[in-house]
Amino acid sequence: MERAGIAPRPFRKGDNMAKKKQLVENLVHGLFLLLGLITVGCVLLITLYLVVSGIPAIREIGLADFLFGRRWASTAAEPAYGILPFILTSIYGTAGAILIGVPLGFLCAVYLAKMAQPGIRNIMESAVSLLAGIPSVVYGLVGMLVLVPGIRRLFHVPDGASLLAAILVLAVMILPSIIKVSITALEAVPREYEEASLALGATPVETWFRVSVPAAKSGIAAAVVLGVGRAIGETMAVMMVSGNAPNMPDLFQSVRFLTTAVASEMAYSAGLQQQALFSIALVLFLFIMLINAALKAFLKGSKEG
Amino acid sequence: MNNIMTARDLCLWYGQAQALKNINMDIAENSITALIGPSGCGKSTFLKTLNRMNDLVPGVKITGQVCYREEDIYDKNVDVNQLRREVGMVFQKPNPFPMSIYDNIAYGPRTHGIRKRGELDEIVEQALRDAAIWDEVKDRLKKNALGLSGGQQQRLCIARALAVKPSVLLMDEPTSALDPISTSRIEELAMGLKDRYTIVIVTHNMQQALRISDNTAFFLLGELVEYGDTQTMFDQPADKRTEAYITGRFG
Repeated sequence: MERAGIAPRPFRKGDNMAKKKQLVENLVHGLFLLLGLITVGCVLLITLYLVVSGIPAIREIGLADFLFGRRWASTAAEPAYGILPFILTSIYGTAGAILIGVPLGFLCAVYLAKMAQPGIRNIMESAVSLLAGIPSVVYGLVGMLVLVPGIRRLFHVPDGASLLAAILVLAVMILPSIIKVSITALEAVPREYEEASLALGATPVETWFRVSVPAAKSGIAAAVVLGVGRAIGETMAVMMVSGNAPNMPDLFQSVRFLTTAVASEMAYSAGLQQQALFSIALVLFLFIMLINAALKAFLKGSKEG
Repeated sequence: MNNIMTARDLCLWYGQAQALKNINMDIAENSITALIGPSGCGKSTFLKTLNRMNDLVPGVKITGQVCYREEDIYDKNVDVNQLRREVGMVFQKPNPFPMSIYDNIAYGPRTHGIRKRGELDEIVEQALRDAAIWDEVKDRLKKNALGLSGGQQQRLCIARALAVKPSVLLMDEPTSALDPISTSRIEELAMGLKDRYTIVIVTHNMQQALRISDNTAFFLLGELVEYGDTQTMFDQPADKRTEAYITGRFG
């Protein structure tokens, strides 16, 4: 085709317009990179800080005594810095919350993703989102005023502030993330799988539990891991309902978590005590890293399979 | 020959849009019936009324009658799951479950209460043999079915449908996602199966209809324009529109 009257347009780099555009491109590129680096920098800084400030106390107390010591008495005349009670409480508390929250949240997700009428689903999903938005101090408050006295009366224990109360509060708190991630996973299951199952004469319920759920299992596993992460890092709500005494964990005893151990003493700590709190934070941080790695592995699995 | 399925005055609406208009059609037992027509003509919709897969579409409305062995399948006392055992289906896109080859085939029988290992083994082997894929997969029954090629996956899906021992097998463009060699294998397979099953196949490929089917139904804009013996229809179409379509003037 002829391009009569149109001057040939240069398309090589070097003319002014192109140079200008290239410069803007580069600038924007650099700016965004910088913003990304700030995030990464924060993580690195926190990690570095935790490691540097967490290690001295561990060296002074001794790793085994610190991790496996059963007594925490940071303000006693002869102080003891064993954090086994905190570690076990965090693990038991999280496990308990998962045990209650996962079946509840998962079945709720199956209902919402597969069975619920659109109207009901909308309402329930907004409720779940709202649940996720409630500040943890409110959870703690309600737990303190309703759950703790309830447990005291129901189980006839002297004090309702206990591991059980913390587990129940955590179970509710992890529901939104479990429900939402499970719904996403269930909805990502190709419609063809379900059609194939129905066409073979399976009922809808059989189809959901024998085809949809297995096909979504890595996503659901990711939901569980996310719940674990949420539960293990929770501080304020569990501090308000667990009584916060450094006992070895027992369902009806007042207990202290890794998170609450740091939060409750930091304000007045000094010297080795303060350093030990940093060490606790380091242990907690390692837990979270482990959980993140697990989450990544699951998500990778779900992409591939 | 017996008619295993019949449609009488069948109309179907998706919301306001009428997709099927007064379809009257008898499907002969142990034969292959091809449904042809341009996209959107209602042939797939008709196919899915035969095992009530259209029930899954929101806003669908159906009037008229579809009978399977003289029983109205849209009667409210009909157990849809039982119907779908009798009238199986193979989809356009191969859709094996993301599980092992064995579990794919055993899924249907297990759903219908067969739990004994020996019995399942037998059903799985028979279904895979019937679908002409046994020799290719017998050494990897425990492997994930998604590792098979597209053509193998489709034959696996046919085997999976056969494993619940249906009488009728509906195939919704089963070869449109496959290469020519896989296609011809599925065609051979279909022809081999018609002694024991009744096959209704939707196809875009008129040569395919001519090659494998006994009867052909030509759909256009929701109407059944012409229905009869395949050879006769392709040689001497009764309707101008059929002639125009099979000679490639539109579609």
